[in-house]
Amino acid sequence: MSRISVIFRREFASYFATPLAGVFLVLFLFLSGLFTFNLGGLFDRGQADLRPFFQFLPWLLLFLVPAISMRLWAEERRIGTIELLTTLPFTLTDLVLGKFLAAWAFAAVAILLSTPMWITVAWLGSPDHGVIIASYCGGLLMAGSFLAVGGCISATTKNQVIAFVVCVVACFLLLITGFPAVQDYVSGWAPSAVVESLAAVSALSHFESILRGVLDVRDVLYFASVIAASLFANVLIIQWRKAD
Amino acid sequence: MNHELITARGLDKRFGSIHAVRGINLDVRAGEVVGFLGPNGAGKSTTMRMLTGFLDPTAGTVVLDGINLADHPMLAKRRFGYLPEGAPAYPDMRVDEFLSFIARARSFTGRDIKQRVDAVIERVHLSSVRLQTIETLSKGFKRRVGLAQALIHDPPILILDEPTDGLDPNQKHEVRELIRHLGSERAVVLSTHILEEVEAVCTRAVLINSGSIVFDGTPAEMDAKAPRHIDRNRLDSVFRSLTTVDTADPHTRKATSR
Repeated sequence: MSRISVIFRREFASYFATPLAGVFLVLFLFLSGLFTFNLGGLFDRGQADLRPFFQFLPWLLLFLVPAISMRLWAEERRIGTIELLTTLPFTLTDLVLGKFLAAWAFAAVAILLSTPMWITVAWLGSPDHGVIIASYCGGLLMAGSFLAVGGCISATTKNQVIAFVVCVVACFLLLITGFPAVQDYVSGWAPSAVVESLAAVSALSHFESILRGVLDVRDVLYFASVIAASLFANVLIIQWRKAD
Repeated sequence: MNHELITARGLDKRFGSIHAVRGINLDVRAGEVVGFLGPNGAGKSTTMRMLTGFLDPTAGTVVLDGINLADHPMLAKRRFGYLPEGAPAYPDMRVDEFLSFIARARSFTGRDIKQRVDAVIERVHLSSVRLQTIETLSKGFKRRVGLAQALIHDPPILILDEPTDGLDPNQKHEVRELIRHLGSERAVVLSTHILEEVEAVCTRAVLINSGSIVFDGTPAEMDAKAPRHIDRNRLDSVFRSLTTVDTADPHTRKATSR
């Protein structure tokens, strides 16, 4: 555990060593505000909830999470520190978990900085706090899944731009299979089993169901398995290709 | 005292169709400073990477201070300090932050961290830059930071890939003095392509060519292999004669290289 925390501390501090953290947080807050108030019409709806914020959150995470995850391993490869890290007394699991948890904590800081919106709606009306808490959990789980997938992709390349683009595409696919338009299109010709399994692998369907205010075990299990599978694949990729 | 700290048996590495290292055997005792020599691409870095576990050998075993690297990597990794090729470090970290990170990674806690960092900064003369970020350092200082991270836990084994590359003559002299001093009670393996370095610091020279060891002996023995009439750059001539390809007979090799 303490070995993981050594990696975690270095990684988490590294976000704040460059202007990256500031730029990221400001951009995230600006865009989430823009989406929530202008596109989502938080005030015009006349309802005290954060639904507009959470509805746009997956699409915001789609671009912002790959910006966090792209450097996780690609940068280590590019500057050669992967050789240093893997010959220090760490296991690959320590390295993968430490890096992932640091990235997740950073994403959590960004998401939780939106709580002034929650305070605003709580002040203006009486929202269902249970739904909002469940939605925050859903948002964190979705960010975690995207980060785990992104870390895995970052481990395959030295190039951060490639890591970013491939991660956006992968996360987009993970989202879009649950998109109503895609579901309608597929249900036109594919057997219902295919439509259902597409919905089952979609991060969006699981997220939408959490937004209704119920943290169902199946939804949590879904995100947990995406994270676990991606981290496991990440360890294997580093194991096989660390010297490439 | 002088027990074997590094034992490599039949180390072999293939990258697809390229046979990079061909069954190398190497024993290094405490008190030995082994200069690993060879042309670029001979397999020096690959061998060092297998000694440190960064690369898994296709065949063969590495035992460090009595611990099998493949069976107990976490224990074996504590026994050595490693300076990888190019001395990689995190550019946005300050020198003292980076060394503290390495100290924590080496399981030091609390006050020991600062004490270790201070000691190693003193040892490799980094005091003037300890608060600078690594990206702002000159090549010589970066190399010394790399050396510092390898020394921080005072390991019995040191594996240094081109420790003096990019240093000016004064810095080279300083690092060589340091290595010679460290080597008196440790097993040190360093790679270089500067032959004077071998004479200056090494107690033993191992010359590798196309993945195989072609010479293993003291620098004096290596020098003795050069033809008598050559009085300048004698090691260069031995190096060329032993590593020039496509000649079978060592005598004709010497003849052609002249």
